[in-house]
Amino acid sequence: MNATATEPMPLPPAADQPLLSVDALSVQFGSQGVLRNISVNLAAGETLVVLGESGCGKTVLLKTMIGLVQPTSGEVRFEGQPLGLMTERQLAHLRTRYGFVFQGAALFDSATIAENIAFPLREHTDLRDPEINEIVSELVGEVGLPQTVLTKKPVELSGGMRKRAGLARALALDPQLILYDEPTTGLDPIMSDVINELILRVRQRPRTTSVVVTHDMATAHKVADRIVMLYPLSRLGPDEPQIIFSGTPTELDQSGDPRVRQFVEGRAGHRLDELREEQARGAAWQAAAPRNQEESP
Amino acid sequence: MDSPAATPSVPTAGLTGWFANRVADVGDLAITLIASIGDVALFALRTVGWLFSRRQRRDVLLPNFYQIGVLSLPVVALTGLFIGMVLAVQSYAQFKAIGLQTRLGSVINLSLVRELGPVLAATMLAGRVGSAMAAELGTMRVTEQIDALESMGANPIYYLVVPRFLGCLVLIPTLTIMADFMGVLGGYLYSHGVLGIDYHHYWANSREYVDAFDFLMGLFKSFFFGGAIALVSCHHGFHCDHGAQGVGRAATNAFVHSFVLILILDLFLGIGLNNVHDIFRPEGPRRLL
Repeated sequence: MNATATEPMPLPPAADQPLLSVDALSVQFGSQGVLRNISVNLAAGETLVVLGESGCGKTVLLKTMIGLVQPTSGEVRFEGQPLGLMTERQLAHLRTRYGFVFQGAALFDSATIAENIAFPLREHTDLRDPEINEIVSELVGEVGLPQTVLTKKPVELSGGMRKRAGLARALALDPQLILYDEPTTGLDPIMSDVINELILRVRQRPRTTSVVVTHDMATAHKVADRIVMLYPLSRLGPDEPQIIFSGTPTELDQSGDPRVRQFVEGRAGHRLDELREEQARGAAWQAAAPRNQEESP
Repeated sequence: MDSPAATPSVPTAGLTGWFANRVADVGDLAITLIASIGDVALFALRTVGWLFSRRQRRDVLLPNFYQIGVLSLPVVALTGLFIGMVLAVQSYAQFKAIGLQTRLGSVINLSLVRELGPVLAATMLAGRVGSAMAAELGTMRVTEQIDALESMGANPIYYLVVPRFLGCLVLIPTLTIMADFMGVLGGYLYSHGVLGIDYHHYWANSREYVDAFDFLMGLFKSFFFGGAIALVSCHHGFHCDHGAQGVGRAATNAFVHSFVLILILDLFLGIGLNNVHDIFRPEGPRRLL
């Protein structure tokens, strides 16, 4: 290393340093807590599945990992660099190393599929149109879409096609870390498995790390190296950890925790009665303190 | 900006309790209002920052300009034409009573270029374009398209707000000129064609009492109206609540708040510009009657 260099050089990541680390992360919207003291490390090349029932904060955790949601406390580090200390420009540059597959694909309505997939290439590279068109064409083929979709608008495609187009867009810059938000939700079983296969193929790309947020057990078993399960804060005591399971898919199947077992086996149990009680408690609280109702989100 | 953290209210009874709760309500309202104004101001600063820090792409700008300018022209022209005729209808009886029908041109044209042209063009723009911008951006927020932009390292203010802001800022003067022109035409056609006022005296009086300052004053105000419409509407779209109801509310609020802001700006800009007018013409305004 040149000792006289005046330009600050980014430090290369240590060999054992996680690609992404989430340390003591808490997120609160108004008076409502969503995540509490979450710590997760993600090694390079690993596929982490985040399981949990609806409303437990999985998507918020995913969006915190890319800086779309600001934590109330704690921090997220990418290769040791805290996202919270980055400037807007640094964060924008870092995001070129991420790919994000949204639940509803989030393709731009006003643009064609080709324009959608080409967007990150036009934004962050100096490639010329013929080269961009070639990459877009390759990506569309890679996710199993016909070339005819390139000129179509997102509204003309089915849900499964939109998800695959969203995946193609997320892969455009050859990202290091891909975040999937409920990739199989709303799809038929065959299309869900097609998406699972695509996730498996994507993880075979060199240096690609993935985080998959889902409540689909088939997806979790098929793609996960490691699984963490979140539990809704509203159902936890003040000192109970929000991550109720962390381990391999096999360990998940062997877990003796009744909350984990209930989710894995997909049993409602007493949940309906509990939901009714929660609703009744909420109604009584609102009747007793009408001002509180206005203040809660 | 998130609303301030909720503090549990202490139940109090009787008149004192009732009064304390009302004071707390007023306090809540004031905090929300100040937070909202601060939020819009920061949004405006970021928009202006991106306006100068990176050049806009032609293929992004042109569709916005077409939507804001070209498609608004017919409705602005039509309303301008009718407002000119309505002014003639409403003013004629008063002017005829004192035998000054030929002065109708001066009052119609002065009202149009100073006030009605710019305000009318801005109102039509807020209704036609402001609501549409709020609904479009609101839908993008709800369907996570704005999050998608950010996740790809693109700035949503640069891509979504700056082109709309520029479109409103650049094109509202042309819409104002169109509203002025059609209003003047409508007023003249009705005054001459229906009320039978002599065209020579009608225009001679107009020329005498309406000068370039009046016309430029209207144009100057329109820049502020255009900027306010774009910022308020885009801000509502960006901070839209979830669901169809949230998008609908964003579109409605965009128009209502833009319209109120146009009227407030009109008052203060009118006062300020009249003072400027007095500096350049210390002898005071010319008397119409």
